[in-house]
Amino acid sequence: MRNKRPAQSLNSRISAKRRLYDTSLKALIYISAGITLLLLIGLIGYIFYRGLPHVSWEFLTTQRKVLEDKIGIFPNILFTLYTIVTALVIALPIGIGAAIYLNEYAKQKGLVRFIEFSTETLTGIPSIIYGLVGMLFFCQKLGLKSSILAGSLTLVIMILPSIIRTTQESLKTTPQSYRDGAAALGATKWYAIRTIVLPCTIDGIVSGGILAVGRIVGESAALLFTAGAGYVLVTNYIKALSVSGGTLSVMLYVYVMENGQFDVGFAIASILMILVLIINISAKVAKKRLKRLG
Amino acid sequence: MKKVISIALAAVMCLVLFAGCASNTNTAASPSTAPSVAPTEETLSGTVSTNGSTSMEKVIAALSEAFMAKYPDVVVTYDATGSGAGITAATEGSADIGLASRDLKTEETGLDATVIAIDGIAIIVNKSNTVADLTLEQIASLAKGEVTNWKEVGGADAPVVFIGREAGSGTRDGFEAIVDVKDACKYEQELTSTGAVIAAVAANANAIGYASLSAVNDTVTAIKVNGVACTEATVLDGSYKIQRDFNMITKQGAELSSAAKAFMEFALSDEAASIIEKAGAIPPK
Amino acid sequence: MKARNITEKVMNLIFIICGMISIIAVVGISAYMIISGLPAIKEIGLTKFLLGQVWKSTASEPQFGILPFILSSITATFGAVLIGVPIGLLMSVFLSKIAGPKVASTVRPAVELLAGIPSVVYGLVGMIVLVPFVMEVFKVKSGSTLFTAMIVLAVMILPSIVSVSENALNAVPKKFEEASLALGATKIETIFKVSIPAARSGITAGIVLGIGRAIGEAMAVMMVAGNVANMPKLFGSVRLLTTAISSEMSYASGLQKQALFSIGLVLFVFIMIINVILNTLLKGGSRNEK
Repeated sequence: MRNKRPAQSLNSRISAKRRLYDTSLKALIYISAGITLLLLIGLIGYIFYRGLPHVSWEFLTTQRKVLEDKIGIFPNILFTLYTIVTALVIALPIGIGAAIYLNEYAKQKGLVRFIEFSTETLTGIPSIIYGLVGMLFFCQKLGLKSSILAGSLTLVIMILPSIIRTTQESLKTTPQSYRDGAAALGATKWYAIRTIVLPCTIDGIVSGGILAVGRIVGESAALLFTAGAGYVLVTNYIKALSVSGGTLSVMLYVYVMENGQFDVGFAIASILMILVLIINISAKVAKKRLKRLG
Repeated sequence: MKKVISIALAAVMCLVLFAGCASNTNTAASPSTAPSVAPTEETLSGTVSTNGSTSMEKVIAALSEAFMAKYPDVVVTYDATGSGAGITAATEGSADIGLASRDLKTEETGLDATVIAIDGIAIIVNKSNTVADLTLEQIASLAKGEVTNWKEVGGADAPVVFIGREAGSGTRDGFEAIVDVKDACKYEQELTSTGAVIAAVAANANAIGYASLSAVNDTVTAIKVNGVACTEATVLDGSYKIQRDFNMITKQGAELSSAAKAFMEFALSDEAASIIEKAGAIPPK
Repeated sequence: MKARNITEKVMNLIFIICGMISIIAVVGISAYMIISGLPAIKEIGLTKFLLGQVWKSTASEPQFGILPFILSSITATFGAVLIGVPIGLLMSVFLSKIAGPKVASTVRPAVELLAGIPSVVYGLVGMIVLVPFVMEVFKVKSGSTLFTAMIVLAVMILPSIVSVSENALNAVPKKFEEASLALGATKIETIFKVSIPAARSGITAGIVLGIGRAIGEAMAVMMVAGNVANMPKLFGSVRLLTTAISSEMSYASGLQKQALFSIGLVLFVFIMIINVILNTLLKGGSRNEK
């Protein structure tokens, strides 16, 4: 009975100085939490409040027509999809392959550590620098001009380090005993990787991929200078690769800064937020589902 | 469950790609069924990439939409990067047609400039500003930062916020050349497009800036310069002094695609004239 | 058996190729940056470039001093961190130690949502809401200032700091905290004198992540900071290293273009330095615990 002292009476047994410390810090914590929560609700609420009224079915499924004074972002939704697909189709195999090489095949530890350091550094480089290099290398030197392909290639270089990193981390969590067991049973290296190691790491790969998708959706600086800000509908995927096309984030910037159409900007912002929500939820769902299977 | 997810994802991707390929085969089929010898309007296809001046946005958007309505297989794209960027793009071949809202400088060699419209540079102030008329000298002193309060030019007692464009802008080039303040401007902000300047002036009661007449809307007031209002008529007859050409820049000697050539011819044609007027600029005489 | 051997060799080769491509891409960027960035520095002169106070890249007598950009970037990042880190850290304490599980599980997805929002959205809200607000409240000529940029950057890095710090705090072994409470410390004292120091390396990682994001932000800053190449004034228009590149990138040519690459190189070096500091801090921190 004597051990069950409630917290309040404990406070009365400490010095005034400690009580002051206690209350003031508690106050600061609640204030910070309050500020953050207000920001959360305020930002999300304001964007939806100003943007959702302008999101109509016509907005989502037609193209912008200046002559008729109509706004539509369907081409840009398509361009965002094309960019994501192209970038992932190139980056995922190379990234996963590189991670497998680094973790399973590479013999020299120095090389592995060097690559790990470089990938670590590259994940921190600002996207504007990727835009600069991409513009110079892909658009001008390789002659791709402002195109979805140039933008996707720039994105590949941007997301490659993080895909390699997340796949590597995932590979490292697979117990070495699995591999040893497979080898003991006579399985060759690739066979063991294909049947045992990869299934275990699939959840890491998927979350790395979804992370990359999130990064691509939010990317504006690099894409503005490599993929342009076109808004003309091109449904043919192959043709679209060579056309200047603006993704949603890029168009937000362009519509707001170049045309001063804030309503359109908020509408695109609302759509982007819903997209990010979907991406976050699918990341969690995928991780849970795949972990259970893996 | 994993299989279902991956099949679903694959199905979505295939849908997207096949939708694209399907439309391609449709449009590829039609020219072959049309019995003709000479290239008809339907066979013109390809992409025309234009790049450059932000002031020309409305004009190019209108022209390209009309052009694409005429030739459904052509895609005309426009990147609003600024006149300087447009000229660079034309030089380096990263765009078919560069767009510049100024004339070429002497050091910009190897390029051809085709005037497709004339545009006025409106001097804009916030709607609440009482100043309605300024002389070129007053505008110059405002731009150079010599006059810092509106009351010195007949307005309220408030600081002057002069908003300008980035260094590569054709609008800035035209403004600074005609008002004679080259390399001497003290801007409060340097924005990268005509639209941004208009938005900034509309948002700040003490702001003054310059923007293409074709882009000016009713969120700001365009003041008179030396007593002359900025309208299409005064630009055309030259009484509004601050004006410049809208140019399509192409590389000398570079072979333009037939679609790009057709687009340039279209921009200079008579049917384009009304479109250019509708967009707020003046077709060349 | 032979077929399997061939498959093995082929896959081995494929993986090596993937590794090589990645190495080339990864090293290529750094090499390209350095090679493109050096010529301008050589031509302009290192001290004149880094310490020159005037940037007039398109004047008839161009000057390429980037000190205004360097100082503006440092000030903006420092300000953002000063505002964002305390609030973020205390919020993570709230989520990790004080809030009930129901509250925490509702708030956490919202924080993650905010962490994933594109920076242009922050720039948009900053431009529409914050810029007029700053102009009104602080009675400045124009609300597009260094101060506005600081606040926008602080809000941008807040979610990352909250997430990472919360993870770090959650990972502190319960027995540390129980021991502290058993010795008579209050909950708050335990948090600040035991848990936070124990989670130090994770929290530092979160802060460095935030710094990296703040110093590398271009689009959002372009929308709220006014973009004039001034020396930094708290309520004046500024241009950072990143916005200096993005403002002139599309039309630069010749020496001006090379100068922009040099700015990129300076940015690159800054971030490398921050990464090195991170690594030493983390290693130093964990060594202390041993």
